[in-house]
Amino acid sequence: MVTEKDIWAYLEEVSDPEIPVLTVVDLGVIRTVSLTDELCTIVITPTYSGCPAMKVIEEDIITLLKEKGIQNTKVELTLFPAWTTDWLTENGKNKLREYGIAPPENEVDKSVLFAEPTVVPCPLCKSRNTRMISQFGSTACKAHHQCNDCLEPFDYFKCLK
Amino acid sequence: MEKNTNLFEYVLRMGDDSLILGHRVSEWCGHGPILEEDIALTNISLDLIGQATNLLEYAGEIEGKGRDGDAIAFLRCDREYKNLLLVEQTNGDFGKTMMRQFFFDAFRRLLFERLLKSSDIQLAAIADKSLKETKYHLKHSSEWMIRLGDGTDESHSRIQDSLDSLWKYTNELFFMDEVDFSLIKEGIIPSMDGIQEEWLVYVTSILEEATLSIPTNNWKQEGGRIGKHTEHLGFILAELQYMQRAYPNMKW
Repeated sequence: MVTEKDIWAYLEEVSDPEIPVLTVVDLGVIRTVSLTDELCTIVITPTYSGCPAMKVIEEDIITLLKEKGIQNTKVELTLFPAWTTDWLTENGKNKLREYGIAPPENEVDKSVLFAEPTVVPCPLCKSRNTRMISQFGSTACKAHHQCNDCLEPFDYFKCLK
Repeated sequence: MEKNTNLFEYVLRMGDDSLILGHRVSEWCGHGPILEEDIALTNISLDLIGQATNLLEYAGEIEGKGRDGDAIAFLRCDREYKNLLLVEQTNGDFGKTMMRQFFFDAFRRLLFERLLKSSDIQLAAIADKSLKETKYHLKHSSEWMIRLGDGTDESHSRIQDSLDSLWKYTNELFFMDEVDFSLIKEGIIPSMDGIQEEWLVYVTSILEEATLSIPTNNWKQEGGRIGKHTEHLGFILAELQYMQRAYPNMKW
């Protein structure tokens, strides 16, 4: 007999198509899982309004659960409460760092206009002497930074709250 | 029923603003002045189109006639679009694109902040989601105002031209008619009066820092909210709707 706990464990096998090192559970986009005899309902929330990964995540979840023998899965999208980077798990943050993406620094970049942005340590050499190249990066959830010491350009998973 | 008609119209107007501006900004894809800006513009465009999806899907639900977000986005005629004239204006140079974005972002931030308290739960949820994104957009467009305005003689004179040409479209940001009045009364949307004052204070402070002057000519142009558009909208729709018009119901 499959339980909701089993479903959560299965979902650890679904990765974010844009940042494959993270699972959808690490990312915090799975809000609830509920199971009845006929139907498994999974509620997900998007990271950003236009995140193109959501559709893929939905399909991946349905495909995976089918492989696990769950025939009827419904994936629902909710916008409330709005996703925040606080929902990234600690495990997820560590995986990001190892992958070369600086995890969110727990603080929204509150800098006013040209003021100095949040210090983001370099995921490669750990130096805190880094700079922001652009507030916008390779995906909606990332900004583009560079390390002033090792010169490595890197993605920063920007804080959103 | 009356409430639903008004709410539909209001959500449609907001959705059309996001859709048309998102499409406009996407025209920069591959043409940005530098790589980082190309990426920034496409990200902003993606956020706007995502917001448009949320809003137009919701509009379809309120309407209850079986239209989804795609049907609303792709299968209407120009007079049925209710976006602001500002957002359909051509991209011009990078400075003009940023000026248009700056006016819009400053407005949207104030609007979303107030919509968080809307008695309509879905509208509040969309505002919550969109506000976080809009703050990043506004910071970006505000910085460019100062960089270009207080930059070289060339950048200053060009961004001043953009300010002069777009200023007449800003009054429409605060447009209100019976749709708005009835929703304000029900606590679903905020009144524009406070928003307009705050917007002007913010915009003036940034433009002053950018050494730019707000035009003293107060001629204002409006019409988008009631479906009367500038000639530019038709060209956008021709491109936006091409696939659905040529191959109805196609999917990929």
